Amino acid sequence: MDLHVVWFVLLGVLLAGYAVLDGFDLGVGILHLFGKDEDERRIFLNSIGPIWDGNEVWLVTFGGALFAAFPEAYATILSGFYDAVMLLLFALVFRAVSIEFRGKVVSKSWRKLWDVGFALSSIGATLIFGMGIGNGMRGIPLNERGLFIGSFSDLLSPYSVLCGLLTVAMFAMHGALYLNLKVPLGKIHDRVTEWGWHTWGAFLVLYILTTVYTLIYLPHTIPTFAALPLGIVISLNVCAIANIPRCLFMKRPGQAFISSSLAIVLLVTLFSLALWPNLITASNDPANSLTIYRAASSPGTLKRMFIIALIGMPLVIAYTSVVYWTFRRRVDLKKEGY
Amino acid sequence: MILDVVFLSRLQFALTIMFHYLFPPLTIGMSIVLVYLETMYFFTREQVYETAARFWTQLFAVSFAVGVATGIVMEFQFGTNWAIYSRFVGDVFGSALAAEGIFAFFLESGFLSVLVFGWDKVSAGFHLFATIMVAIGSVFSAVWILIANSWQQTPAGHRIVQMMRDGKPWFVDGKPIMRAEVVDFWAMVFNPSMIDRLVHTLIAAFLMGAFFVMSISAFYLLKKRHEEFARRSFTGALLLATIFSLAQLVSGHSNARMVSREQPAKLAAFEAHYVSGPADLYLFGLPTPDGNKVNFGVKIPGALSFLIHGNRSESVIGLDRIHPQDRPSILICFSSYHLMVGIGMFFIFLTCLALYFRIRGSLFEKRWLLWIFVGSVVLAVAGNQLGWVSAEAGRQPWTVYPSLVKDASGQPVLDKDGFLVAKADEGLRTKDAVSEVVHSGQVVRSILMFGAIYALLGIFWIYVLNHKIEKGPPPFSSPPDSARNPLLATGPTPRKRLSEGDES
Repeated sequence: MDLHVVWFVLLGVLLAGYAVLDGFDLGVGILHLFGKDEDERRIFLNSIGPIWDGNEVWLVTFGGALFAAFPEAYATILSGFYDAVMLLLFALVFRAVSIEFRGKVVSKSWRKLWDVGFALSSIGATLIFGMGIGNGMRGIPLNERGLFIGSFSDLLSPYSVLCGLLTVAMFAMHGALYLNLKVPLGKIHDRVTEWGWHTWGAFLVLYILTTVYTLIYLPHTIPTFAALPLGIVISLNVCAIANIPRCLFMKRPGQAFISSSLAIVLLVTLFSLALWPNLITASNDPANSLTIYRAASSPGTLKRMFIIALIGMPLVIAYTSVVYWTFRRRVDLKKEGY
Repeated sequence: MILDVVFLSRLQFALTIMFHYLFPPLTIGMSIVLVYLETMYFFTREQVYETAARFWTQLFAVSFAVGVATGIVMEFQFGTNWAIYSRFVGDVFGSALAAEGIFAFFLESGFLSVLVFGWDKVSAGFHLFATIMVAIGSVFSAVWILIANSWQQTPAGHRIVQMMRDGKPWFVDGKPIMRAEVVDFWAMVFNPSMIDRLVHTLIAAFLMGAFFVMSISAFYLLKKRHEEFARRSFTGALLLATIFSLAQLVSGHSNARMVSREQPAKLAAFEAHYVSGPADLYLFGLPTPDGNKVNFGVKIPGALSFLIHGNRSESVIGLDRIHPQDRPSILICFSSYHLMVGIGMFFIFLTCLALYFRIRGSLFEKRWLLWIFVGSVVLAVAGNQLGWVSAEAGRQPWTVYPSLVKDASGQPVLDKDGFLVAKADEGLRTKDAVSEVVHSGQVVRSILMFGAIYALLGIFWIYVLNHKIEKGPPPFSSPPDSARNPLLATGPTPRKRLSEGDES
């Protein structure tokens, strides 16, 4: 078993786990300002209240795992995307602050302030994630040592902006479908269901645009698909996306949410396959790309980390299941919360 | 130029880590308090324990959230600002960080949600279990971070090797690309300073939690509010604080001896010990920046030699044996170290005095003493921060500290100029560790950004804390039954109460 490949897959799992889990609470944040009144917004916040913090741990662990398994990629990405990473961290800190402090004081303007803060930071963080993915697809200029030699403006291409918008639409849809599961039945539930339709529509349009753009302008991402029977990933992805309106129509919120989770996992899979075997593709010279072999830690560390992951991941899944099971019911505002 | 990327990155790291580190010791310490309260509730089913646990949980939750938010920044900052360092140590340091994520963070954050939001959703038994898991998670987190940081201080279990590229040794511009790789995982984990430093840090965190509880309880007692609750909380925390203040003295002593063996330059800087030979212990003073003179100093002659070697005339390595370019800042090390020790000594005096009055039954009438306790939480914060400042400033100018070359008898080897010989190619200097592609403008912008949001965060945290403290715990629904539970009784205290208030 090639541990480099194993770690590439494990990082994909962590990234997909992060996108599915933090994706819906970022999505709730993106939609937050559409909440009509104080009660609705409190319901939104309480729907993600007990879990958003744990969802962010997937990102932290992704960071730690990337550092341990592929330190060269960790250092190149974070130092190369310096300004973007700082903005992302700023958005994530600001978002946590908004969630935590909003409900602590009973004052209209205080809450308004944090409502706006929560929404903007959620949109900002999602946009930066999406643009990061876009830049990953395009590749960035690297020198022989594997250092980023471009500038911040290189990272703001139309393609990366398109990927950013796609991610915002995707998480908004995912968040709407999550709310569909969690808000109390009644008027608010009808409205949230409607958001599910709208965000799905926006996502579909951006998805098609991004696919066409990728096929025309980023041919270097195609060969992996041509070489392997990967049509299946794409077909599954299309099915998952197509299943969402069917479930909404048939009032099966659980299935709709699972479908959008699946769509996200498959998109992360497509992204990973497009990168393969690189972690960072050098757009200027393929010889400088950081492959899973060039960027990796020593074989011994990859092995030890794999053992740690084998022990740790079942525990992580167990905790996560316990927590989601504990908070499985629809939100009830009478109980304590935000 | 003073505003270079190295200086700015160090400033940024100091700012973000010091702000972050306000919260972990507090939450580690408080999680122990919560475990105690919930265990008592589980076995006695007395309302007062549940009320107390719910109250402290609120303060715990808001502090924990700020700790998590500021902690995310730390996870990525190694890569953004210290890319060369990340490439050099990723094999070692990254493993510890990833293990922390998998073993500690998921445990903490998962069960935190049950702890904070699960009161009415799960049974008391499961709630207690969740609280214990949060406490264990936060201790695990400390363990892995201390492993990583101690490895930087006293690296072990690794070797420095040339990286391979496509199966061949990797050169860029003719220079080999080197990095640290783990060869013995357990030697890396149990590196020479790890246990001493972990114990010291955890005790400091427990003290932080205890002084936080005592500060708020003392405030309630002074204001004659929630007195039953406050007496009980104070007594338990006082016992905890007394035990751990004394334990910290033992741990501190063990740490100083470890530092004298592993990082003599650091110890010399702590005590501004310039000329190698018998060493004195300064009670206070203000060293000159070059470290060869201490102004306004009051010292105990030979005391440092005695503490390290058990003999007042034994030689301790001084700064004169350290090459000038390898010396840490004597002013920062000396001041932060002495302030930390001073705070520790004051805590021993304060807690023993308070415990004496508590046993006599007169503690809660001594308003002056309660006021000192209200303010002492600031000293607990300062002690935690200063300890880390001295540990990290004492590591400079290295970010990965090179070990000393020792002879067969274990004595450090001197070169022809009389300086200690370090395995310099195994270390990494701080000035050589920053990101190659980041320029100072970017770092300045990020410092301003984090400075602004952390100031905001700090203000709101204090505001919310104050709000919660003003509101206080809800009144107990069942009247105190002093016959069954003497801790709830008012008036002079029989000795029996102390044994029951253990460790709250």
